[in-house]
Amino acid sequence: MQAFDYLPAVSVDEAVAALAAGGAGARALGGGTDLIAQIKEGRRSVARIVDLKRIPALAEIKFPPEGGAWIGAAVTCRTLNQHVEFKRRFPGMHDSTHLIGGVQIQGRATIGGNLCNASPAADGIPNLIAHRVRVHVAGPAGARVVPVEAFCVGPGRTVLATGELVVAFEFPASPVRFGAAYLRFTPRNEMDIAVAGAAAAVELDDAGQNFKSVRLALGAVGPTPLLVESAGPRLAGQPVNDASLELAGSLARAVAKPITDMRGTIEQRQHLAGVLTVRALRLALDRARGTRTVDALGRPL
Amino acid sequence: MKSVVEFTLNGEGRAVLCEPRQTLLEILREEIRLTGTKEGCSNGNCGACNVLLDGVLVNSCLILAVEVQGRSIVTVEGLARPDGTLHPLQQAFLDHAALQCGVCTPGFLLSAKALLDEKPNPTETEVRYWLAGNLCRCTGYDKIVRAVLDVARSSAPSTPTR
Amino acid sequence: MSSTSSPSSVLVETPLRVVGTRPVRPDGIEKVNGRALYGADVQLPGALQGRVLRSPHAHARIRRIDTSAAAALPGVRAVITARDLPPAPDRVEEMGDRTTSLRYVTDNLLASEKVLYQGHAVAAVAATSDAIAEAALALIQVDYELLPVVMTAGAALAPGAPQILPGLRAERMGQRDPQPSNLASMVRHERGDLEAGFRRAKVVIDRRFRTETVHQGYIEPHATTAICQPDGQVTIWATTQGIFSVRSQIAAVLQIPLAHIKVIPTEIGGGFGGKITVYLEPLAVVLSRKAGSLPVRLVMSRTEVLTSTGPTAGSDIRIRMGADASGKLTAAHAELYYEAGAFPGSPVGAALVVSFAPYACATMRVDGYDVIVNRPRSAAYRAPGGTNVAFGVESVVDELAAALSIDPIEFRLRNGVKEGDLRPNNEPYARIGHLECLRALQQTEHYRSPLTGRNRGRGVACGAWGNWGGQSSATAALNADGSVSLNTASTDIGGSRASIAMQLAESLGISYEQVKPRIGDTDSVSHNDVTGGSRTTFATGWAAYELGQKIAAEMTARLAAAWKISAEAITRKSGGFASGTQAVDFAEAARIACDDEPLMVSVTVNPKLYGAGFSAQCVDVEVDPDTGKVTIVRYTIVQDAGRAVHPSYVEGQMQGGVAQGVGWALNEEYVYNERGELLNGSFLDYRMPTACDLPMIETVIVEVANPGHPYGVRGVGEVNIIPPAGAIANAIHQATGLRMGALPMSPPRVLSALLARKNGSKGCGAVSQG
Repeated sequence: MQAFDYLPAVSVDEAVAALAAGGAGARALGGGTDLIAQIKEGRRSVARIVDLKRIPALAEIKFPPEGGAWIGAAVTCRTLNQHVEFKRRFPGMHDSTHLIGGVQIQGRATIGGNLCNASPAADGIPNLIAHRVRVHVAGPAGARVVPVEAFCVGPGRTVLATGELVVAFEFPASPVRFGAAYLRFTPRNEMDIAVAGAAAAVELDDAGQNFKSVRLALGAVGPTPLLVESAGPRLAGQPVNDASLELAGSLARAVAKPITDMRGTIEQRQHLAGVLTVRALRLALDRARGTRTVDALGRPL
Repeated sequence: MKSVVEFTLNGEGRAVLCEPRQTLLEILREEIRLTGTKEGCSNGNCGACNVLLDGVLVNSCLILAVEVQGRSIVTVEGLARPDGTLHPLQQAFLDHAALQCGVCTPGFLLSAKALLDEKPNPTETEVRYWLAGNLCRCTGYDKIVRAVLDVARSSAPSTPTR
Repeated sequence: MSSTSSPSSVLVETPLRVVGTRPVRPDGIEKVNGRALYGADVQLPGALQGRVLRSPHAHARIRRIDTSAAAALPGVRAVITARDLPPAPDRVEEMGDRTTSLRYVTDNLLASEKVLYQGHAVAAVAATSDAIAEAALALIQVDYELLPVVMTAGAALAPGAPQILPGLRAERMGQRDPQPSNLASMVRHERGDLEAGFRRAKVVIDRRFRTETVHQGYIEPHATTAICQPDGQVTIWATTQGIFSVRSQIAAVLQIPLAHIKVIPTEIGGGFGGKITVYLEPLAVVLSRKAGSLPVRLVMSRTEVLTSTGPTAGSDIRIRMGADASGKLTAAHAELYYEAGAFPGSPVGAALVVSFAPYACATMRVDGYDVIVNRPRSAAYRAPGGTNVAFGVESVVDELAAALSIDPIEFRLRNGVKEGDLRPNNEPYARIGHLECLRALQQTEHYRSPLTGRNRGRGVACGAWGNWGGQSSATAALNADGSVSLNTASTDIGGSRASIAMQLAESLGISYEQVKPRIGDTDSVSHNDVTGGSRTTFATGWAAYELGQKIAAEMTARLAAAWKISAEAITRKSGGFASGTQAVDFAEAARIACDDEPLMVSVTVNPKLYGAGFSAQCVDVEVDPDTGKVTIVRYTIVQDAGRAVHPSYVEGQMQGGVAQGVGWALNEEYVYNERGELLNGSFLDYRMPTACDLPMIETVIVEVANPGHPYGVRGVGEVNIIPPAGAIANAIHQATGLRMGALPMSPPRVLSALLARKNGSKGCGAVSQG
């Protein structure tokens, strides 16, 4: 492994200064489960590592009285998996945090790292998009807020400028009759990278029969995780039935622009984008209604 | 540039001179010379290097040694009692023939310990989920899963060893 | 020795007390408390750390290698290339898992004129730290002239294909081809008039299959430490299936007398056939010599393991079988094209013998082709060659049974081999347990239970493996307290210390706990063949049996002298010795026997009647119709162990073989790009099954005693991996109606076939239904 400096920052300002001074060779370290593997394999060159894990602000978990949640960027998947209140408020996020790696990866991997690694196949990002999460960024030029769907700009690339880092995620309050879910497809059942992934968040009307709002996002079918922008306007107000679910699937397939690589083919990914979208919607609908009509993979019981 | 990193290892304080690029795994094996923690893949996909970091199961191959300043590490060498009495999981692995070549065994033992510390009565599905980050190529996992379930069933909370 | 030549039974008549029990293995505690030392755990004072530079290209001529900058880097103590190896003659020798030219073995260690696969070693360095060694590699300049790559058997044998090994001419049934090609050899076994046999058939099924390259996947990467003293004496710590094989390979390659090489075995973290060939050991020796005799340690990364060691052959297979209306096979024909990798030696020869091994058929032809491609040199992998061909044969047999409306197990029983029937190479079987395995599978609760649930299917398959005996030697010393120190040199890869010690205890009439087994180095006992071919518990176990007989005989003689009676007057009773009114327990007898002179015995064996192993398996799968993912819902394996010495470890072998077979069937494959670069050289993307991908694996041990072993033992390590791919393919067929024609039957392949059927076209990876 190449040599580098290691700076454990204890405040956001210190981290920003260290990253800014390090320039393009500086890299923020969260859990390291992507970054250290990439450095070892020679896939990423770094001269300086700024460890964010000792910054109190990045470890915060807060629940504003008006609802929603504020999650520090260095909070681990394991912490979220164990957090009763977070799971109660955002049960759909658990679909991602318990899928990322194995238990030993979840013990280190952070949500911030999952986002900043900017893998098209990241299991966390489509789910954050479906949840309308806003990303709070700190940097030399001050703080700014980025909608998560605009955060990744290409494989491994984000909107972060030199010296910038993600501080926290702002989860908006969930409306009533809200449900969300994330499903991915992998050849193995664990320890695998998504061949395709789909997240769905739905809000139902008072009768629970019609979509009030729908938000769909896809993973591993484009250079970045994708928001299915057409799904919101096309599905809002529609009745929940096989036809509207199939419409959602076809909207997802239309947005998916996958490639063929060693993990999957264009044909397979295009197809899976539709399948997983429908299944994630079914799971999200169960959660919105408090029913149980599908299994953990979104397949009708 | 090397720096001194101090941490607790299997209950005892340690101070080790480390380069930032050295992983915890490398320090454990090459500097401290506790080689029970194994390297199988070096990128977090096999679990042979698992240790407990402040009680949390982690891959030591993906942690820089400098990150563990002030933390507490438990490796496979720290599972048995100081008098050498095996941990119930170690004994169960022997009784169930849950190892063949044995090189993945340290990692499995730590995953199983982390599981039972958190969920003393796991289902078979939960055991398999917790062990999914540990690859075994010899056993097909059957006897490993049985050994873990056996320890869970026979260990009432008040009797840590049998 | 006498027991190797007689064809009659050598089974002992006495009831067994130790064999068949489940004691804790003697090396167990060290393996659960982290103290056992594996290959990379050897840390000698002052050891240098080595690294190997590997080719990024799959096929290229080496114009020039410049190591001067690397050699000049402070901390670097030695840099070597192929020029540092002795010139290798084109002389055929037994080298690890094959008999092959020394030139090929040497060229695989360090490429000389050409690199033949991505990952082919071209240079190695030793330095005072791993970081310096890594930096030194980056300073070595290699000038490559790229050559066209040839990645499959089909491409290699196509007219005009680039010649990979210059001057290679195929050996066909003992004759050399006049023209060079990428075909290394062709072998045929046959009997009867093949086409007449097919004319007698009511149903003929003719199918083609493809299987991709897979790796043994042991969790411990290759590692070694070596010291070469100034006088040429060599000491090597190796994680290997056979220390004597390492010794002979190094002796041949480096031209060192055998007695000057000592190989010390470490514990071994899995091998499955892949830790027989030497990769690092000779390099470490040469580096040590060049570095002033300092110890040199070399450890592979996982990516190096995948790119540069042991995968097994990918293959193209054609299977044609015919059966008459009564369900009796009338003819069977197999054509097997196995990808050897960059050097000759695919397991196609073994595959020919596996092919129709479970089936009695008077008319048979099996053709095997060993084909050179730009992939790593293939190595043995558990029942080498068997899984590939059985995938084809068991799929075709399933089709035949279905076409004739015969239950798949019943069809196999009607055609199943028994004692006296011929193997595909026309050798007769001795007493075997094939029919017993099939009947046992028929009787399992699993097979008798109704198949329930949507999208599910059940498949069965069977397999045969010849097993092996091989050479073993061992010594034992009787201690004055009645304990016995047992020395062997057979690598313990999964509990064989226990199974061997148990046979000595049984033979001597003492308890397992009284025997302390130890695995020595190459100077401690004489030759032992590798732990492979399912031979160790059989052959080294036999040596242990003989040690027990010899110790007992010597004790009897010494007691007779002490008691001043004839040895014939002494009888054995509950472990002790008695004569008339005198009786002593074993410990007392040991004290008397060792009073005047130490008692040590040695045994060498090469038992020939090793007894083939059979397995029959049943699997339930669920196929997700929308994703093509196959889930193993239930699995049962039946296997004939002859006699299960330690049933827990027999079950472990059965379960482990099934797990590897499931991986091969469903997700494991080497994925290359068009330049021959391996894309999935990590445990993330080379997808071996995790604990979440398998159910409990139910085991049924059948015991049809092998008359060629005192306790009836048959090897149990390998046959279990042969049936899974076929069984799973047959289950997928029942679940979906699709016949999969290629391994792995991975989600994209199954999905493609499902979608193609929906769209009315033929998908890749599936063959059309007959």
